[in-house]
Amino acid sequence: MPIPLTVLENRRDARDDRGPATPPTEDVRERVFELEAKGEWLVQRVPDPWIGVTTKYGRTKKIPVARTWHHKSCGQCGHIPGYSTSIFWLIRKLGLDYNDPKDQTSCTAWNYYASATSNQGAQAAVAMRNFGAAYESGYFPMIHCGTSYGHYKEVREELVHSAELRDEVRRICDKLGKPFVMPEEIVHYSEWVYAMRDEFAKRQVLDLSGIDVTVHPACHYHKLVVEDAIYDPDVYGGQRTAVVSAVVTALGANVKDYSTWFDCCGFGFRHILVQRDFTRSFATLRKIEVMQEEANPDVVLTHDTGCVTTLDQSQFAARAHDRKVGVPVMSEAQFAALAMGAHPYRVAQLHWHNTEYRPLLEKMGIDWRERWREFEDDLERLKGNDKTFLTWEDADA
Amino acid sequence: MALQARYEDVPLETKQHLFDQVKADARFDSYLYGCYECGICVAACPSARFYDFSPRKIAQAAGRQDLPMFYEQLNDDIWNCSQCFSCTRCPRGNNPGGLITIMREVAINNGLSSAKHALEGYGRVVYKIMSTGTQVSPDMLQPNAFPDWGPHVQEISDNLELWRRALPPDTLHTTSTAWEVDDRTLTELYLIWHMTGVLDMIKSVDMGLHMILNDVMEELLDEAGYTAD
Repeated sequence: MPIPLTVLENRRDARDDRGPATPPTEDVRERVFELEAKGEWLVQRVPDPWIGVTTKYGRTKKIPVARTWHHKSCGQCGHIPGYSTSIFWLIRKLGLDYNDPKDQTSCTAWNYYASATSNQGAQAAVAMRNFGAAYESGYFPMIHCGTSYGHYKEVREELVHSAELRDEVRRICDKLGKPFVMPEEIVHYSEWVYAMRDEFAKRQVLDLSGIDVTVHPACHYHKLVVEDAIYDPDVYGGQRTAVVSAVVTALGANVKDYSTWFDCCGFGFRHILVQRDFTRSFATLRKIEVMQEEANPDVVLTHDTGCVTTLDQSQFAARAHDRKVGVPVMSEAQFAALAMGAHPYRVAQLHWHNTEYRPLLEKMGIDWRERWREFEDDLERLKGNDKTFLTWEDADA
Repeated sequence: MALQARYEDVPLETKQHLFDQVKADARFDSYLYGCYECGICVAACPSARFYDFSPRKIAQAAGRQDLPMFYEQLNDDIWNCSQCFSCTRCPRGNNPGGLITIMREVAINNGLSSAKHALEGYGRVVYKIMSTGTQVSPDMLQPNAFPDWGPHVQEISDNLELWRRALPPDTLHTTSTAWEVDDRTLTELYLIWHMTGVLDMIKSVDMGLHMILNDVMEELLDEAGYTAD
């Protein structure tokens, strides 16, 4: 096949035409608005107030403060429910309005990347059905999962560049009675956490100056459609995504560097479900052990479903091989919630995590024995049917 | 057996036919721009560390239209990829992980036995996502499914219903789905699977699963007054 040998030269020329300081890629959002002007779809605007953050090539991205429609994550809600609960708790703590919908499906991208039992049209239709549901609610989509976020950005690119795909998906949305609408920005929850980090710091009740943290940046956050991820000159000189790391710093804990930060966690999508020998090996040998040897962290923080699961659950079997493991893993949302006084079991739900986390809680100044006793009392009340469910009021009692 | 020798008997026309399907995908042109052979993608690739697998060879075989190598990769390599897209570090702008996504779709659409083999044990996950709209559920946390995660999984399994009730968000009091998905939304999802040919893809790799999914979906679609055309 003919290989386009001039691709790099063409890109450089295009960049020279636009000026040396301009980004090397197009701003897909401009195309999104152009398509709206042509009547191809609606664009859901980021509601006011929003916070401007800087992305990889210096563009400004709008992060909504409130009125967010929460596109939940399968793995978070299913297996690490303290992750989702902590995100909601943070929003509630700031007194902000949000929508936790039941008319949301998974993005289905975990399955797509694992088994390929889907296709471009189906994946785009699932995305646009969810975006349509958010639009109908009047709330703006905020995406909890890194893979959903990355995949939806891929879908946006594909829809923008293919009239045929737009036609196919528009027909489906028409049949479903859903509006054909693209959000102005595709926003990951960790971008909201980044944008609100100073608000969290103001409400912080724990001193975290003695806590060392290693950060695992999620692949599908910063490697898929790279120009949309947040970068900050104050975080690793703008050479790595700033989400998570900037939150750790704002909360007064210490970000510790390690050499395999760019490596994935080993999740592998199909591997974590049916081929975990690979997942366990990669997670422990290339991530946890390297972190231990180079940074000796108290905790690993990350911002995606698969990364928390993989890095946390993979450590158990490695103990049988005397590997240097044993570092607790959680999301930065759980960590920030704990810093602000959230209950480690009612809110952060750490009993769903695997690797020993109690020494970390002690170091953070949390009396986990007393908190567990309180949670056991909650469970007794639920068992006795004095209560049907734990409520948000119970969580902060 | 020598490289690619085990597929010598497969006619070149078959290999060409499959390659043409990969090349015809709308994403192909934006995933491949040639190759410097620099190996940056291999250095960044997690699967390359633990398998005989190379994203560089994926890009090269596609670029050269090397049909024997392509066919071997289609059968022996693509399911090793982690789909993390670390390989997009390519200075040329290639996306070997994306090429593999397309190749996997082609493998499924054509019902290759290697694809069926790769998905053995995975059917329950396909059933879960397609029938419930969420990929994993709390009740999947069973010790026989995750023995390598230790006794912790047994503890979760033993306390599952109670621990789910101890979650403050209203949508998370579920055990068979990750969150509560309403029936209308599920019906809409089923319609998407029908209208985009995904059920036909399932049929080509797992007839039994296809029948079960069809039964589940038809009932809800009928109730909602939809016809899947």
